[in-house]
Amino acid sequence: METLVYLIPISLFLGGLGLAAFFWALKTRQFDDPEGDKHRILSDDWDDHPRP
Amino acid sequence: MTTAMRSRPSACPACAVAPAAEALGQGDDPGEARLLLSLPTIHCAGCIAAVERGLNAEPGVRSARVNLTLKRVSVEAEPEVTADDLIGVLDRLGYEAHELDPGVLSATATDKAGRDILMRLAVAGFAMMNVMLLSVAVWSGAADATRDLFHWISAAIALPTIAFSAQPFFRNAWSALSARRLNMDVPISLAILLAAGMSLYETMQSGRHAYFDAALSLTFFLLAGRYLDHRTRAVARSAAEELAALEVPRALRVGGGDSEEMVAISDLAVGDIVRVKPGARVPVDGVITEGQSEIDRSLLTGESLPVYAGPDAQLSAGEVNLTGPLLVRVTAAGEDSSLHRMADLVAVAESSKNRYTSLADRAARVYAPGVHLLSLLAFIAWLVISGGDVRLALNIAVAVLIITCPCALGLAVPAVTTAASGRLFKRGMLIKDGTALERLAEIDTVVFDKTGTLTLGAPEVTNLGDHPRRELEVALALALQSSHPLAQSLAQAARAAGIQPARLSDVTEVPGYGVEGHWRGETVRFGRAAWLGATPGKATAAWLRIGPAEPIEFTFADSLRPGAEQAVAALKAQGKAVHLISGDAEGPVAELAARLGIDDWVAGALPQDKAARVQALTDGGARVLMVGDGLNDTAALAAAHVSISPATALDAARVASDIVLLGKDLAPLGEAVITARKSTRRIKENFSIAALYNMIAVPIALIGLATPLAAALAMSASSITVSLNALRLR
Repeated sequence: METLVYLIPISLFLGGLGLAAFFWALKTRQFDDPEGDKHRILSDDWDDHPRP
Repeated sequence: MTTAMRSRPSACPACAVAPAAEALGQGDDPGEARLLLSLPTIHCAGCIAAVERGLNAEPGVRSARVNLTLKRVSVEAEPEVTADDLIGVLDRLGYEAHELDPGVLSATATDKAGRDILMRLAVAGFAMMNVMLLSVAVWSGAADATRDLFHWISAAIALPTIAFSAQPFFRNAWSALSARRLNMDVPISLAILLAAGMSLYETMQSGRHAYFDAALSLTFFLLAGRYLDHRTRAVARSAAEELAALEVPRALRVGGGDSEEMVAISDLAVGDIVRVKPGARVPVDGVITEGQSEIDRSLLTGESLPVYAGPDAQLSAGEVNLTGPLLVRVTAAGEDSSLHRMADLVAVAESSKNRYTSLADRAARVYAPGVHLLSLLAFIAWLVISGGDVRLALNIAVAVLIITCPCALGLAVPAVTTAASGRLFKRGMLIKDGTALERLAEIDTVVFDKTGTLTLGAPEVTNLGDHPRRELEVALALALQSSHPLAQSLAQAARAAGIQPARLSDVTEVPGYGVEGHWRGETVRFGRAAWLGATPGKATAAWLRIGPAEPIEFTFADSLRPGAEQAVAALKAQGKAVHLISGDAEGPVAELAARLGIDDWVAGALPQDKAARVQALTDGGARVLMVGDGLNDTAALAAAHVSISPATALDAARVASDIVLLGKDLAPLGEAVITARKSTRRIKENFSIAALYNMIAVPIALIGLATPLAAALAMSASSITVSLNALRLR
């Protein structure tokens, strides 16, 4: 039973991390163009260095 | 959950489309250099890279970004870069591009409402899963201090989540209550609040049952339904807006000393001179001061024959200039113009559309009071039975409220309409109105407009085979030099028949008359009957004259829209009465009616006649589907039970109709009616499934045997069954 003291906060923290990641993705408009993003991974542009 | 959605003005798709017509007259800020182009043909990774690279290489372009989902590219550029330049660049790259009016599209660019619901949904989902995890431990036997601890943790997660995620329901319920009405959100809010409140009290008292998980899953499932609903509407809205935004409200104003500038239509004043290029739509009401041309006014009157127009002829906004460039003096601008009258027509159409009560609304009207009454009765009954145990009575009343709470009902309609709209969207139909499918399912009479609806409004040569090859070669060579629709149609047909153009010299187009040239030393002319000295016949025709020979006639008929025959046949096979009402002359209307097998037809109908006939049919007990495209159809479209217009229709007609046909093909019409009937049947099935679950669960709750586990099971099972049933439509 003592493990619960760790497990519950850990599970809440990990879930919260997922939620925060989702918020971040939503705020940075990553769901605006799912169709385009699906294709963009195939493009060779900016493969060697990130877009300035 | 259409009930709640419609009570908020921003959530109604038609309202968001309505301002589009008004925005047409307003134009955008000249200082803003953000350009939006529609790219209907892009589809792959290569296209994205090519378009972005091509545009970024243009001088003056700061950045270009493609959105493949919406098939658009947005460009940040210096003010001197115009959309026409970029369209030229894309054309060279092999992509079709059209300018979009960013003013009209601003509403969809930031879909704030959608993101708001999604965020609340995510929070509710996160909280629901965590609380469910703790609840499972309680259900499987955690007792005493452990149970209390788990309840307290659940409360700590659930209460803030409910305060945040369930806000849309609370807000709608409050606005309904303050207007002294009941909607579906009232029992929902009450159930969520009572469940949370009572669970908190039970937790404080170390009680056995807490309903935090039920309150959260209720919120989650209902938000999911609401999000689906919003998505369907947002897709329809953005497509409808894109159609509106394709017509950028600008005009070419001619200033002193032949200088020309592009201005927004709203900046035009009476007396300004505007240049209208061949092939362009007349932007304002006005009088021709220079030039002559032929005018296609089919969208306004339904006439299929182009009309000749020279100096001093009156033009109305919305007509299309066919052959020669024209200079037009503006006679009406702003409030008085036809453009504004169109916006007024749209407003009238909008207000008349709100009479229909959707299935969900009707269900809510019966359901909401019933649920409240039932739990109140349970409370009183248990108060009496237990001899005044308020806590027990309240517990049971809340359990009844939670179990009857319309979780499945909230998903029943949106899940089906999402599936049905998705299916029809793939077939090229855009459902603009939330209740359009339900209304489409009820129709028994179909009224078609002719020009532009059953026909393409584009002419087709009918007697190509009657002429010798030599004449055809000359005619083709002349026709190739003109942008007149008759000439283009002839050129296309002749090419398709394998004719090669003859070699001509000195070919010139005489605007308003035809094309002239020299062939083997003889003057050849192709154009209007009067210009060639021929006697015009009854049909639409163009004439060819070689030297002194007798002119020969090429006759044209309006070409049938693809799928028109199948659509009419399918509707007749379904037992619908099919009518044809046209503003065109009797000859072409009778011919078309015979060709399509429509027995009931009227020719020469004025716009009022059309609306009156639709109204008469409605008064006679018929439920009318009106299919039309012109300004003359707008009133009839608004008067009909449900209405459809093609994408080529005038903005006012498109806004007035519930469904827009995106493709050229009419054939999906028959299937649309079947899909609508199916989806209404699914909605009713879903209501029955929800009712069935209630019939089993409510007695259990009433006798006080409901546990949080039973509530969770009933809720999830009914929600999932309902969603799966809706998916059968796909």
